[in-house]
Amino acid sequence: MEKSSGVTNTEESGLLLKDTELRLGLPGSESPEMEDHDQNVLSLKSFVSGAKRGFSDALDGGGKWVFSGGSGGGSEGLFSPRRGGNNNGGNDLSGPDSGLGGPVLKDGVAPKPLVVQEKKSQVAAGNGNTAPASKAQVVGWPPIRSFRKNTMASHPPKNDNDDDNAEAKFGSGCLYVKVSMDGAPYLRKVDLKIYGGYKELSSALEKMFSCFTIGQCGSHGVSSRDVLSESRLIDLLHGSEYVLTYEDKDGDWMLVGDVPWEMFTNCCKRLRIMKSTEAIGLAPRAMEKCKTRT
Amino acid sequence: MQKKRAYSFPDEVLEHVFSFIQSGKDRNAVSMVCKSWYEIERWCRRKVFIGNCYAVSPKMVIKRFPEVRSIELKGKPHFADFNLVPDGWGGYVLPWIVEMAGAYPWLEEIRLKRMVVTDESLELIAKSFKNFKVLVLFSCEGFSTDGLAAIAAGCKNLRELDLRESEVDDLSGHWLTHFPETCTSLVSLNISCLGSDEVSFSALERLVGRCPNLRSLRLNRAVSLDKIANILCLAPQLVDFGTGNYTTELQPDVLSNLTAAFSSCKELKSLSGFWDVVPAYLPALYPVCSRLTSLNLSYATIHSPEIIKLVSHCPSLQRLLVLDYIEDSGLEALASSCKDLQELRVFPSDPFGVEPNVSLTEKGLVSVSLGCPKLQSVLYFCRQMTNAALVTIAQNCPNFTRFRLCIIEPKTADYLTREPLDVGFGAIVEHCKDLRRLSLSGLLTDRVFEYIGTYAKKLEMLSVAFAGDSDLGLHHVLSGCESLRKLEIRDCPFGDKAILANAAKLETMRSLWMSSCTVSFGACKLLGQKMHRLNVEVIDETEPPCSRPESCPVDKLYVYRSISGPRSDMPPFVWTMDEEGTILH
Repeated sequence: MEKSSGVTNTEESGLLLKDTELRLGLPGSESPEMEDHDQNVLSLKSFVSGAKRGFSDALDGGGKWVFSGGSGGGSEGLFSPRRGGNNNGGNDLSGPDSGLGGPVLKDGVAPKPLVVQEKKSQVAAGNGNTAPASKAQVVGWPPIRSFRKNTMASHPPKNDNDDDNAEAKFGSGCLYVKVSMDGAPYLRKVDLKIYGGYKELSSALEKMFSCFTIGQCGSHGVSSRDVLSESRLIDLLHGSEYVLTYEDKDGDWMLVGDVPWEMFTNCCKRLRIMKSTEAIGLAPRAMEKCKTRT
Repeated sequence: MQKKRAYSFPDEVLEHVFSFIQSGKDRNAVSMVCKSWYEIERWCRRKVFIGNCYAVSPKMVIKRFPEVRSIELKGKPHFADFNLVPDGWGGYVLPWIVEMAGAYPWLEEIRLKRMVVTDESLELIAKSFKNFKVLVLFSCEGFSTDGLAAIAAGCKNLRELDLRESEVDDLSGHWLTHFPETCTSLVSLNISCLGSDEVSFSALERLVGRCPNLRSLRLNRAVSLDKIANILCLAPQLVDFGTGNYTTELQPDVLSNLTAAFSSCKELKSLSGFWDVVPAYLPALYPVCSRLTSLNLSYATIHSPEIIKLVSHCPSLQRLLVLDYIEDSGLEALASSCKDLQELRVFPSDPFGVEPNVSLTEKGLVSVSLGCPKLQSVLYFCRQMTNAALVTIAQNCPNFTRFRLCIIEPKTADYLTREPLDVGFGAIVEHCKDLRRLSLSGLLTDRVFEYIGTYAKKLEMLSVAFAGDSDLGLHHVLSGCESLRKLEIRDCPFGDKAILANAAKLETMRSLWMSSCTVSFGACKLLGQKMHRLNVEVIDETEPPCSRPESCPVDKLYVYRSISGPRSDMPPFVWTMDEEGTILH
């Protein structure tokens, strides 16, 4: 094996790398110190930069849609965009108190803190709005394979002491469901447990598939209006129309938003962003099912 | 003038000699002796292992090795297992299948790990390879039971179908019926990853019944306990068996039928499955326990007393996978019953809970290290550790080849001394001279990396998270670990200096993964510019790295050596830094 050498061919004696004659670091690029965790309230702008944000830009402040600006603790991939070179500054966004005027949940469910990536100290120091049932999670930690997580999650382990706590076990660990979009070249996966409600899910999906929107989410229980006609169906890039649907435990496809969030996360097996033309006829079934469930 | 070849054998003789050399490494060495050996060797190489599917192109492989019968490919980086690699990153097998369909009509074996396999790929396999025998899809995704149906129907001589831990779109359990009645060649069938949907059980029974060479059968969770007895009676020659869920309504005959069925399996050495265990049925296993060498209880939510009872019946056990319900007391019992133990994996039952739910600490691992002199491979999740325990473990087990410790809370110190765990892990690398794989956790400073760089000369794979203080830590590893092939790092304050100073080292490794570290975009560009045989991939799902200053750290960095240049299937959130300093997309 060749002995490792720097591109500059300096000897390894240089543990004092600063003194190495030919440093390949770029001018002015010192390794940034790790900053405090508590900073990094994102400005709204950080989400509307770049072509991919164009859509959310258009919606911002308009019509029925509140752009949540939440860091949308999405699936595995979403980390807060960094400003000024910090790497580990996660965000601890929560309900109405965040500087972004974050998601206001109308359905009365207490907002869970949105955790993207953080240390325990940050959770402890974080807002006191809610005490999480389980520890807020760092993405991909502890390192347990999805297969194992999903297997244990669908049947939470028995607990001698406290059956009510089953939720606090694997059950609340994570709940990955696949998201497909008609016309998109690949599937994504999201962890439903990270979101506090439909709006957060909506904005996270919006970031992932940057050209769709969702039929308006109802509050508690069943809404009697015709979901399709009321929803704002915009797609700037393709000029076509999409709705968000999900497959439930019975294998039926339903429109997202018609049942309370908790019920939804319990029965959603996968999500599909489908063309609205294909979604016609889903709404009535959704109503029927809800009636029989409650 | 005639060319003279001194001391040379006829090619056929050399070929015959080479046929005894199976290992890829040895074959590579043989091929480097001289040009004529290179030529002879490449024509008779039958088995190729490609650790990174993007390191080389299918055409290049085919050009060098025209007569391959067996291929193994790996795709996504290891951290993809923990959802750190975004979906759509890559690892598609279809281009490989397409090329091989034309070039290797006699291909017999395909083994894939962490790759995206579509139904189209599976259909193409079924159609293209007339003598296809072995398909192993380890941790793969992207296919459905329709693709499996094509394999079942199309591969007349299928011996092995192993879907371990893959994500399969379960459209219908009827794919099993696509195995023709004439198929009697199955040796190994692993469908344990299939969902809760029913698999056509009668088709399964018929298949098992007509395959007399079936040695390994792993069922999925949907198969309930009362059905197992039938299966075992049809296949008493099984060596490896994976149950479905280990539960059924309490009925009078189930236990006795099951016990009788297990008794008839005189060759059974390995058991797995055990979802949803009803402890009352565990005694059915006793007839086989004395012969068991491998036991996977890692999905079984049974508690310490039941585990102890079972394990104490298994004196020949070499491999145990279990949940932390086993607790320190169970590990102590294990240490006294199972003196042949070589591999132990303890998984957390409640990894996200704030408080520990079981009494599993460093003491359990110390007991096992003391009682099991052959222990070589450990994966251990726990919530507390001390340097003293690690030093003891290291001294008891100098034969470790794999040591992976995961202390669940990041940056946890030695709970007795409040010190970092540098000294403990240092002892591991110092005493375990054959250590090939190491995963670190807990509170760690640059010092642990100094130990690793100094002592871990055989280390091939290192996983690091939430550790270290500065670039010096990374520099120690890159400059000291001579055998390093794979390095994966997350959430550490490692940045530009160590990478750039050790850039050439990266070409001697398979890959480097760094996420949530402090490597700047500018450094990535520079690395890509200078090192033409490295693919430097910057991964960022939120915004393009060039929309920020060059000094900003990148979100995720994946660097791997490649002789086929930047890949052409990158999704929008991956950028490759190329030689001209431009960013490919």
